[in-house]
Amino acid sequence: MIWFNQIVQGVLLGGYYALIACGLSFMYSVMGIINIAHGSFAVLAAYALFVLADRFGVSPFLGLLLVLPAMAVIGWALQRLILQRSARAGVLVPILSTFGLSIVIDNLLFEQFGADTRSLAPYIGSFSYDSWSLTDDIDVGYLSVLVFAAAVVVLGSLHFFLSRTPLGRAIRATSEDPDTVGLVGINARRVNAIATAIAMATVGLAGAALAMRATFDPYAGGPHLIFAFEAAVIGGAGSLWGTLLGGVVLGVAQNIGAQINPQGFFIAGHAVFLAVLFARLYLGGRGSLLLSTLGRRA
Amino acid sequence: MSLLAVEHLDVRHGLLQAVRGVSFAIERGETIALVGANGAGKTTLLRAIAGAHPVAGGRVTFNGAEVTKAPSYQRVGFGIALVPEGRRLFAQMSVEENLTLARAAGRAGAWTIEAVMEAFPNLRARRHARAGTLSGGEQQATAIGRALMTNPELLMLDEVSLGLSPLVVERVYASLQILLTSGTTIILVEQDLSRALRVSGRVLCMLEGKIVLEGRAADLTREQVTEAYFGLGKAGREAILP
Repeated sequence: MIWFNQIVQGVLLGGYYALIACGLSFMYSVMGIINIAHGSFAVLAAYALFVLADRFGVSPFLGLLLVLPAMAVIGWALQRLILQRSARAGVLVPILSTFGLSIVIDNLLFEQFGADTRSLAPYIGSFSYDSWSLTDDIDVGYLSVLVFAAAVVVLGSLHFFLSRTPLGRAIRATSEDPDTVGLVGINARRVNAIATAIAMATVGLAGAALAMRATFDPYAGGPHLIFAFEAAVIGGAGSLWGTLLGGVVLGVAQNIGAQINPQGFFIAGHAVFLAVLFARLYLGGRGSLLLSTLGRRA
Repeated sequence: MSLLAVEHLDVRHGLLQAVRGVSFAIERGETIALVGANGAGKTTLLRAIAGAHPVAGGRVTFNGAEVTKAPSYQRVGFGIALVPEGRRLFAQMSVEENLTLARAAGRAGAWTIEAVMEAFPNLRARRHARAGTLSGGEQQATAIGRALMTNPELLMLDEVSLGLSPLVVERVYASLQILLTSGTTIILVEQDLSRALRVSGRVLCMLEGKIVLEGRAADLTREQVTEAYFGLGKAGREAILP
């Protein structure tokens, strides 16, 4: 039963990983940009919610109504001022510029808020630790379930948005061929700025989840970026449902690892990530060949 | 007033000047064939008119308004459409999605998805297929349909027969016949000289970035065009150009 519990908790944890990986995956699939400042932006959103809750007594859930649009505006500016310019200089430059940006954000946060660890848990009452008892041995936390549900809703809506709406189609077309979309009347710059704004709004949500379920400090962005990155890569970078699957695989692996050995949490997660990565590299061709053969049979 | 006026246009690819001081004008309803050898600057000229390539010098005026600096997506809104060389479809998207995208231009008109299916019946069965899985002829039809969906006043077709079998080329031109007789203003780049002379009212021949021959298709002989095309006989060319 203990193993089953670890898997259940791992799946829910996976929802959280999928939520923080969502923006990363979305930006990679749409613009081919790897945003290294992703984790730092999530922490920035967490601090914004913290300030709203601490100084102004705004519940973090209500605070999202302010913070998510603000993150979207930041995303728009990020694309226009930094990513658009650096992407012109090649694929590596955006990685460098967002890396630099993450250092700037981390240190500005440190200067403003100091090294104290914070959490939004005190501002959401008992919600942070209340849980449903499924059996005598298995409890699932309200917050974990909410975060998992948020991940499914966000990824599902993004999927629907991309496949069914005119703007979503414009985003997909721009990701495929940014030079040609102009010839059908689409402003590629505007589309990319909107896509970054959407990605950043999901980062704001990820920041809220991060801050409610655990603690954060100005330098917490880096470690979260790693989990987001691993979830995105396991799921197949750029695929939205794959990101959810990647998050779940990572979460389950970490929990099972922790059950085997108290130090196994990180090791198991990284091991699965590396195993999937190498399997992709070495079996990539054969794997897709197998899939296409199966597809033809079916 | 001319629909399109190009004055002293210079376009560069880095150090290479692909279009050198080109000037010409097109009246509403004309069909122009733009011919010339590979590398003569035809594609670059069309891309510069569509706004897909920046202009180094000169002016482009459309419907009386200067558009030299306007980006491509705005020019589509003004009514300039280009079917690019190599078709450039969005391969991961379906035929219908490729066509629907062009609504972004915001130009309402006679061309709808149904009208495109009517003009290119071979697309009907492939409506929901990914553009990347289409045959060359179907891709070309989709690319032309996508340009038509912006309800253009000026349609530029770059190398529509490139990479297609003669039979498929016949079919594409049969579908284009509707357009050629409908009064849409067209600039056509075509390697097949006799076909170019047959379907167009006027011919522009480019050589090394310049227009070296211009005249009504009916007045020009195949030999005159061939001569200009390959840059043979300077004396002959001077006799044609004033």
